[in-house]
Amino acid sequence: MTPSESRWADHPAALALARRHRPRAWEPIPWVLALAFFFAFPKYLGFGTELLITILFAISLDLVLGYAGIVTLGQAAFFGAGAYTVGILAKRGIWNEPITGLILAAVVAAAIGLGSGLVLLRTGGLTLLMLTLCTMALLEEAANLAHDYTGGFDGLDSLPIAPLLGRFEFNPLYPTTQYLYVLAVLFVCFVFVRTLVYSPFGQSLTGIRENTLRMHAVGAPVRRRLVTCYTLSAAIAGIAGGIWAQANAYVNLGTLGLDRAATVLIILVLGGYGRLYGAFVGAVAYMALSHFLSKLYPTAWQLGLGFMLVVIALFARNGILGIAELGAHWLRRPRPMP
Amino acid sequence: MTDALLETRALCRNFGALTAARDINFRLEAGARHALIGPNGAGKTTFINLLTGVIAPTSGVIMMKGRDITRVGQAQRVKLGIARTFQINRLFRRLSVLENVYLAVAERVGAAPSMFRPAGGRRDVIEESMWLLDTLKLAPHANRRVWELPYGRQRLVEIAIALGLRPEVLLLDEPAAGVPSAESHIILDAIDGLPKEIGVFIIDHDMDLVFRFAERITVLVGGSVFATGSPREIGADPNVRAVYLGQAARG
Repeated sequence: MTPSESRWADHPAALALARRHRPRAWEPIPWVLALAFFFAFPKYLGFGTELLITILFAISLDLVLGYAGIVTLGQAAFFGAGAYTVGILAKRGIWNEPITGLILAAVVAAAIGLGSGLVLLRTGGLTLLMLTLCTMALLEEAANLAHDYTGGFDGLDSLPIAPLLGRFEFNPLYPTTQYLYVLAVLFVCFVFVRTLVYSPFGQSLTGIRENTLRMHAVGAPVRRRLVTCYTLSAAIAGIAGGIWAQANAYVNLGTLGLDRAATVLIILVLGGYGRLYGAFVGAVAYMALSHFLSKLYPTAWQLGLGFMLVVIALFARNGILGIAELGAHWLRRPRPMP
Repeated sequence: MTDALLETRALCRNFGALTAARDINFRLEAGARHALIGPNGAGKTTFINLLTGVIAPTSGVIMMKGRDITRVGQAQRVKLGIARTFQINRLFRRLSVLENVYLAVAERVGAAPSMFRPAGGRRDVIEESMWLLDTLKLAPHANRRVWELPYGRQRLVEIAIALGLRPEVLLLDEPAAGVPSAESHIILDAIDGLPKEIGVFIIDHDMDLVFRFAERITVLVGGSVFATGSPREIGADPNVRAVYLGQAARG
C-alpha cells in the first residue's frame, strides 16, 4: 500500500499545487512602478518612503492575520519596539549603522513577539484581540514613563544615523537614499514572506486559520506554529519600525499607538488580506483615498473612509484584490457560443 | 491476554456533577471492526475525546499496545497512530480537496515545519495525497474547493484526512451523519474498503451501517458500558433492545 511513482504528477490538482509558488507574469509590476516612482516624482520621495514602510508593516500584519488567522490589534507594539531600538541605540551613540541596526530592531521586536505570543496565543478571538491591544498600550505607557531613555512624550529626534554602506547619507529633505534603501529592504522581506506562505509551514498556517481543531486532530503542534508565525511577523514589523526611525531620524510615541495599528489593519482590509499584494494595493488605495477625501472635506474626511470600510465589509470581504480576482474569474469563464 | 491495540481501564470523566464516562473498560483489537452505539447523551463523543486526548480523564488508564498513554497529548497520540473523523465536518473549507489531505500527510511525514521550500516541491506528499484520494474515488474532485462538494463527498474528505495520517486506530464519529440516503452508499463503500490492518472504531446511530460493518459492538448507556458482544449477541440481548434498539426501531 505505497503509492506508485509520480502517477499523479499531471493531475490538474497536483499541477496547481506544484506550480502555485511560481512567480506570475504580473508580479514585477508593483516593483517596476516603485522604481518608476523614484524617477518620475523626485519631489515626493518622502511620501513614497512612508508608503513603502507602510506596505512593509502591512505585510507583517498579513502574515499573522491573513495567513494564520491571528486577530490582532497590537501590531504597532512591534513597529514601535523596532523604532525605539534604532532610536535609543543611535541617540545614546551605541550603534548607528543602518543595516545591522535593522537586524537589532528585528531581534528586539521578535523577542517581544515571542514573549507575548507564548502567553497571548493560549487565547483566541476577542480575548486575544483585547490582549494584543493591552500589550501595545503597556509598551506605549512604558515608553512614555521611561523618559530618560525614550524622550517620553517628545520622543527622540535628530537621530545620528550613519551613512548607508558607509557612503550614502540619509538626508531628511532629499530622501533619495531612504527611498531606495526602504525599497530594497521591502523587497527582501517580501521575498521572505512569499517563500514562507507558499511553504508547507505556510500551508499549515492556512490550515490553522481554516480549522484549528482539525489541525490539532492531524497532530500539528498548533500553538508552536502560531508562536513561530507571530514571532516572525513581529520581526518584520520591527524592521518596518526600525527603518521608519532611520528614514525620519526620529521616534515618538506614535510608533506604538493604536492609530498606527488600526490604520494598517484598515489598509489590509481595504486591499484584501491573505493575498500578499493586498498590502500594496491597500496602502496605495488608503493613501489616495485619504488624500482625496481630506481635500474634499477637510474636517470630517474619515467619515468617507469609514463609509468605504462599511461597504467593503458588507459587499467585498476580500477587499480590492478580491474584487479584481472576481473580475478575472468572470473574464476567464467559458462563454456560451452565440 | 495479549495487549490490545487500544485499551481503557476503569476510565472516568466527570463534568462537574455530571458523569460522562463511568468505569469504562474497553478493548479494541488490531484490525478490528468495532462499533459503539448508545442513545443520545450516552457519552459516545466524550469517549472519543478521551481516546484522542482532547480531554483528560478524571481517573482511569488508556493504553496503546501495552503502553500507558493517559497523559500523552493529542498531537502525540496522532503520531502514535490514533486518528479520528468528526461528527460534524471539520474541513479546511476554502482549500482544495488535495490541499486538505496534503496538510495531514505533510504533518505525518514531518514536512510541515519546513519554511524555505515550496509546498508544491514535496512531490512525495502530493503523490501520496492523490493516491489516497483515488482510493476513495475522490481524485476527479481533487482540484475543487471543499465547500463546493456535495455533503456526502465532504464526509469522504473527512475520512481521507484521517487516512493521510496512516493510523493504526481509526475512530469514525458518525461517518454517515447528515448524508442523504442517496449518497450514503459511497460512505459505506469507503468504510468497507478501509485497509484491513487498521483497527476501526465506529460510532453511529445508523443500525444498518453498524450491523453491516461491525464484528463487535459496545453499547454505552449513561456513560458506562451496558453490553459488549458480537452483533448477533447484541441484537438478541433483551436489555439492549429495551434501552436502545427498541427505541430506535420505534423512533
